[in-house]
Amino acid sequence: MSEPVMAVPDPMVFTPIIIDDDLCIGCNLCVLVCQADLFLPHPEKGGAPTVFYGGECWYEGSCVDHCPVPGAITLNTQLFNRVHWEESTPS
Amino acid sequence: MMPQPRPWPYAIEFDQVERIDCDVLVVGGGAAGCMAASGAAESGARVVVLEKAATVASGASGSGSDHWESAATNPCSKITPEELTDAMIRAHDGFNNGISHYIETREGWDRLLDIEAARGKIRDTDDDFAGAPFRDEKTKLLFAYDYDNRFNIRVWGQTFKHAQLRSAKRKGVKFVERTMATALLTEGGRHGARVIGAMAINGRTGKCVVIRAKATVLCTSRPTRIWLFIPGAPGISEFRPPQCTGDAHAMSWRIGAEFTMLEKAIKAEWSGNRSFPPYGAGNNHNSWYACTMVDAEGREVPWLDRDGSELATVDERYRPAPGQKFFLKGGGEPDIPVYEFQGPETLSVDDLMARGYKLPLYADLSKMPEAERRVIWGVMIGNEGKTKIPIMKNYTDRGFDPSKHRLQSYGDGWKSGAFLPQERQFFGLPGGLMNDWTLMTNVEGLFAAGDALFASNCYGHACATGHYAGRHAAAYASRVGDVTLHEPQVEAERSKLYAPLRQAKGVSWHELNFAITRLMQHHCGAFKTDQLLMRGLDALAAMERDDASRLTGQNPHDLIRIHETRNILTTAQIVLHSCLARKAGSKALHFTRLDSPDIDPPEWNKFVTVRDSGSGVAVGEKPLDYYGNLPDNYERHNRDYIDRRSKT
Repeated sequence: MSEPVMAVPDPMVFTPIIIDDDLCIGCNLCVLVCQADLFLPHPEKGGAPTVFYGGECWYEGSCVDHCPVPGAITLNTQLFNRVHWEESTPS
Repeated sequence: MMPQPRPWPYAIEFDQVERIDCDVLVVGGGAAGCMAASGAAESGARVVVLEKAATVASGASGSGSDHWESAATNPCSKITPEELTDAMIRAHDGFNNGISHYIETREGWDRLLDIEAARGKIRDTDDDFAGAPFRDEKTKLLFAYDYDNRFNIRVWGQTFKHAQLRSAKRKGVKFVERTMATALLTEGGRHGARVIGAMAINGRTGKCVVIRAKATVLCTSRPTRIWLFIPGAPGISEFRPPQCTGDAHAMSWRIGAEFTMLEKAIKAEWSGNRSFPPYGAGNNHNSWYACTMVDAEGREVPWLDRDGSELATVDERYRPAPGQKFFLKGGGEPDIPVYEFQGPETLSVDDLMARGYKLPLYADLSKMPEAERRVIWGVMIGNEGKTKIPIMKNYTDRGFDPSKHRLQSYGDGWKSGAFLPQERQFFGLPGGLMNDWTLMTNVEGLFAAGDALFASNCYGHACATGHYAGRHAAAYASRVGDVTLHEPQVEAERSKLYAPLRQAKGVSWHELNFAITRLMQHHCGAFKTDQLLMRGLDALAAMERDDASRLTGQNPHDLIRIHETRNILTTAQIVLHSCLARKAGSKALHFTRLDSPDIDPPEWNKFVTVRDSGSGVAVGEKPLDYYGNLPDNYERHNRDYIDRRSKT
């Protein structure tokens, strides 16, 4: 294989995961635990990973669950999956 | 924003081969696989686990589980393993795995104690629910469903995978992660011969891994993406991970393993754009059992017992009906309830409309007793596999308060999904590998556990059968001598690993997967005929020859997805062969034929098996009670285990 090996992203219809680059400490725990291996680590140590194969997300949130910094990574619910709730009526 | 193509960030090792030797190879590091590894290692075996992801969060339950079913030997249970297994078998008209579910009922509690010993949380040690009707004050266990009989236990399953991994590592198990098994290796490279190892590929480096093993345990769950696939979002609202692609099914089929009940696929319940995320919309089942439902005007939906009598209190939803000893699971479980074991359920949507109830319906936790509300929203939704972050955290962040709000229900009643009849799914005890009393398949040296087995489900079943298969695989490995790999087979399989890299132009795995699901919906949907099924097989064969051979990828990640999609294609073929082999309809199997009006004629009350004989598909059969007397056979095959447990 003489050609350089490239990473080419999946088509991504939705935005399953949002990383806050300012909060992320680049620990790569999300990269470590993701079942789909959808993140790629930042080329430089300490940089935020990239959601690269976002189309393969299972939406279970292990990345959020393992993240040591609250708010650094968010599992984003798609608009069509937003469930409605309202004040309950009195019994 | 779409990321841009970039150089691959990991070292590329396409030209490297790593060789590993072990006694027992476990394929898949989920709940079943971790326990299989522990069971084998406790028996003194050298154990290797091949895991496609990272074990700490991998598999169908890698992100949690909210309850443990059928722990009939827990100190509070009033039901015996024999009673419970018999009920599970009869509730499915005999189409159930008597062996694996007897193991579940007999050993499930042992495995819970193993998990607790490794710091998994199985008891209300903080006394958060002291005095609640579902709590045993002495053991601090919390129970679900039938509060009188106490064999289903609510658990803090978010802690379980960590505990299982910790425990297995402590026993010396070696984990080879981010590595997908792609083929089983056989003695002399012969079809149907003893399994002596496996081929695998690392999804980050592309390195080839060759494992030599005296016994192999398959623990790769049940396949998704056979009938349903959305390019760009295959994991949305899926209950099982989309990375569960029938890897064990396909690999073992190719070397002659025998399957049964794969003709059973139910109308889908959760997936893609047809449903909301599991347990994310208002409902009253499973994790949400037995939540109060109300209509649009706040009128409470009646709960009924099996005789149709309206229940006056919330507590009665958790108790057997008058004259009933116990119920299996409330809320219409299984899909076709059997009167003897039928639990409480709300009125159907049709009946509600006839009585003037107004849509939409809502789940209203605010109307539940405080302890029930906290245990459903806090323990169950806080620990179930796909609910802690997407439901509990995200809804709480958006302001949802279970003591004040009601959550809307959509579509087809509690399932909050509306699927078409041809949109099928493996759910509710689907088919899988056929097993004997040691959980060995028909191929020597090849064992299976968890959802790779036929008629399987749930965390407790996965762990119980995992440990059992692991220790029997270890016992088998201790009896056989060294094995020698057939190097031409290794080379042939290695060449297949990298073929997609040589395809300059070709088909993407997304496109092929989408095409397979369309094909399956048309040829293997709600209604079957021989002609349709054979046309489907021809079309799949053409797809395998003309399109799967042109799958193209650029890096190790692509290769994993490509090999998964090939496995989906093979599994689809097994499903079609399974459907062809059953010539009459079956209610319990959700199997309807247009070319045979008979439903459940007596001569078809049997397991139909299929396998690739090497020269075609061989169809066989086994009686529904092929496993014989459950306690007698269990004790005959597990004397050492019983003696060891009685000493501890």
